[in-house]
Order: sequence, then C-alpha cells, then structure tokens
Amino acid sequence: MQRRKPIDLFLFILTWLCIGITVAVLFLVVGYVIINGVMYIRPSLFAVEFTPQNQSLFPALVGTLMIVGLSLVLAVPLGVFSAIYLVEYAKRGSRFVKIVRLTTETLAGIPSIVYGLFGFIFFGVFLGWGLSLLSGAFTVSIMILPLIMRTTEESLKSVPDTYREGSFGLGAGRLRTVMRIILPAATPGILAGVILAVGRIIGETAAIIFTLGNVARVPNSLFDTGRTLSAHMYALANEGTHPGEAHATAAVLLIVVILINALSSWIAKFIKAS
Amino acid sequence: MKKPKKFSIQEFDLWYNDFHALKNINMDIPSNMITAFIGPSGCGKSTLIKSLNRMNDLVEGCKISGSVLLDDESIHGNIDVNALRKRVGMVFQKPNPFPMSVYDNIAYAPRTHGIKSKFKLNEIVEQSLQNAAIWDELKDRLKKSALSLSGGQQQRLCIARALSVQPDVLLMDEPTSALDPISTAKIEELVIKLKNDYTIVIVTHNMQQATRISDNTGFFLLGELIEYGDTQQIFSIPRDKKTEDYITGRFG
Repeated sequence: MQRRKPIDLFLFILTWLCIGITVAVLFLVVGYVIINGVMYIRPSLFAVEFTPQNQSLFPALVGTLMIVGLSLVLAVPLGVFSAIYLVEYAKRGSRFVKIVRLTTETLAGIPSIVYGLFGFIFFGVFLGWGLSLLSGAFTVSIMILPLIMRTTEESLKSVPDTYREGSFGLGAGRLRTVMRIILPAATPGILAGVILAVGRIIGETAAIIFTLGNVARVPNSLFDTGRTLSAHMYALANEGTHPGEAHATAAVLLIVVILINALSSWIAKFIKAS
Repeated sequence: MKKPKKFSIQEFDLWYNDFHALKNINMDIPSNMITAFIGPSGCGKSTLIKSLNRMNDLVEGCKISGSVLLDDESIHGNIDVNALRKRVGMVFQKPNPFPMSVYDNIAYAPRTHGIKSKFKLNEIVEQSLQNAAIWDELKDRLKKSALSLSGGQQQRLCIARALSVQPDVLLMDEPTSALDPISTAKIEELVIKLKNDYTIVIVTHNMQQATRISDNTGFFLLGELIEYGDTQQIFSIPRDKKTEDYITGRFG
C-alpha cells in the first residue's frame, strides 16, 4: 500500500495538469478573440449594408441564420426519420442496416472541402442553382445528415425496451409507440445532436464558400448568393486589412453559438415539461 | 363446477433460432381463475406467458408451431395482434410506467383505441385506478410524473394501465420480483380481488406466492410442462418426482 502513494500523487498531478492545460487553452482562445475584438464592436459593424468602410457583419449574420435554418429544415426530418427506420423498423443487425450505417459513417468522415466541391458541381453547375442559399443549404445539410442520424440512432437505442414492451402490450401499433412514447423520450438526445450540427454549420467555411459564395450582402431569394460569419471572417483575414473587425466578428460568432446552445437547452426543457 | 377454459394451448413448440425453448406444451387455462407458472430460471415459463399475447413476435428468430386458442379462436390466425393485446393485457417484471403523468399513463391505451372524450377518459382513469386499488393514493397526483412514484405504486399503476382497456385476461410476468414485501402483499391482495373479473396468468419465482394466490399451478422444467393441476394438490402431493424435488427446494 505504501508503495502506491507516489504513483497516486503523480496521477493526481497529471490529471490536474491535463485539465489545467485544457481550460487554459480554451480561455486563451476565447480571451484572445474577445480582447482583440471587443473594441471593434461598434454600431457600424451591424449596419444593414456592408461597405468597405464599416466592414459590417450584419449580412453575414443574417446569412448564417438563413443557412442554419434552411439546412436544419432539410436535414433534421430526413435524418431523424431515417434513424427511426433503422432502429425501430428495420430488422436489427440486418445487412441493409449495416450498409446504411457504414455509408453514414463514411460520409461523416469526409473532409468538408469534398462536400463543397460536390455541392458546387452538382447543385451549382448541374442543377444550375449557381452560388446560392439553396446550393449552400443543400450541401451543408448533406454534410450534417450523418451526424443527425448517428445521434438520433443512439438516443433511440437508449430508450429502454421496457417502454416498447409496455406500449405494444397495450395493443398500440408501432407508429403510435414511436410517436407517443419513443420519440418524446429520445428528444433531448436528438436535440443534442442538432446542437452539434448547428455548431458544424456555423463553423463551416470551405463548403460554404464553394456553394453559397462569399458576397457580403443579405440574400434576397433562395437563388441569391451571400456569406456566413465564418466565411466573412475568412474574407477579412484573407484581405489582411481589417484584423480588428475579423476578431470582432469572431467574438460575435461566439456569442451566437452560446445563444443557440442556450436556446436549444431551453427548448429541451420546455419539451420535457410538457 | 368446472370453469370454462379461456386459453387452450395445444402441441405448442417454440424456438429462439436453434434453441428449443418450449416443447410440446398442452394445457387449458380456465377463466376467472389464477393460474401460476413456476419453475427454475430458463425453464420457459416467461416464454410461454409471452406467447399468450404474442409478445414473442417482437423477438428476432422466434418460431412457433402448434396452436393457442383464446375462447376457441386461434391467436395466430386471422386476428389483429393489437386487438389481441387489448384483450390480453400484460404486466411486466420491472414496473415500466411511461415517462408521462399518471393520468396520461392510464389514458394512453384508451386513446390508442380511439377514445377521445375527456369525460370518458376521466371516467376510465378513475375506474382503472380504483380497480388497481391505488386511486386513493394517487387521486391528488394525477398530473405528477409516473416516474416519481415508488416501485410498488408504479407496478400497481402498470396494473391499472393494463386494466384501462378492459381486457379479458391479465398476464403477469413475475410482477412482484422487484418489489418489497409490503408492496408484494398489496399486489397479491389485488390479484386475488381481480380474478372475479379477469382471468389471470402469473409467472412467479416465489413458491409461497403461488400457493397463496393461485388456483392452478403449472411446473415447467427445461421447456417442458412437467406437471399441471390444482395448486393445493401440486404443493402437497405432487405426482412427479421432479416437481417434488423443485418445490421442496432440492434444486432450482
């Protein structure tokens, strides 16, 4: 017993060191962005029209919300219902399920630039949508589809089988069991996946620039081009003339992410309560 | 007087893939009586009870042969399985209330079967909870989550939930094995009361429980029905040596 003490102490210090470094890195990044950006956050940064003078992030902010909204509308129903099929309807462990799972896992591992290129060629050129909200949203929704399917599958599987037995045992059919019992119980997990997906969309640049484009204006139709906050930052940093505004944009981006997370956990609580 | 039979199980065999779980079961289950299935773990008693409302349909690789008749009608023939499960309710080993309010738990099945009237639902909820002898405890907590109840209350709620569609038969798969003695006593008392209106089939590990509440007992071993008859007779003068060994605690 005596001999274990030094190694205990060592592991204790090691774990604390690891968590210390992790937290420090996090604070360093957030702190750096905020310190360098906060003094550039001023009303003109939120002007409706982008001009080279104000470097307004407003069009990009609106573009971000549009892309997030549109791609969730496309991907969430598709992903959730596919996952319901795989978990609740398909024969467990069947060949088909295995193939679908392998495909989604592969899709999840593909670099986003590949999605960008595909989206550009397929939606932009082949379907003739050009650089547009629609091309961007479709591309990004394909990108987040595996993520949503995966997390939905996991949360459906974590719903105890005793709920299913209970419902079937009362003479409820499969559809009713899924809609009334399984899905409500799985909703918090599904929402967690949606939050991850939102994070992925907001953080995306490569695929967005290839499909939505990177023009600083609010899209006036589904077929109009625009930009997102990340793409906006990329443009500012690329030009190198407005590093302050780039940091300010990053700070706003952080706040948007925090707000979206807060909103989703509020929605989750609301659903649980009702 | 011999009671009419509710279930008639004839030459019934069941396999889980290659595993022969039930072997040539023949038995009649009389109505308005309590029939207990006893036997060591893995003897097939739970498998048989789950065959009576076709819950085994949900198990992959499950095959059957032979027949099960409910009121002289095959449960595998031209019958809607959901309608069957409405007639043959089930209570499970672990209390499994849904994660919703007490009221919604009871109203779930009637709603499933098309009852929408608020007035009618209120009536059903009260009646079911009364029948499960838990109305007085829960009448002020109908809007509370069912998950906040104690284990014993949850199980009686599940019984009330099974009664909400007015089944003919109540299948109970070790309903008290997860409960404390006081809750167990309450449920046993309830089950005896319920046999006036329902046919009850109960699987139990607890032989005292079988003697306390059941009218007939079937003893299962390795997928076979070894002995089936009057509970008093089985526990006092078993005909088969294996039954005697089991009930006297020599194995199992």
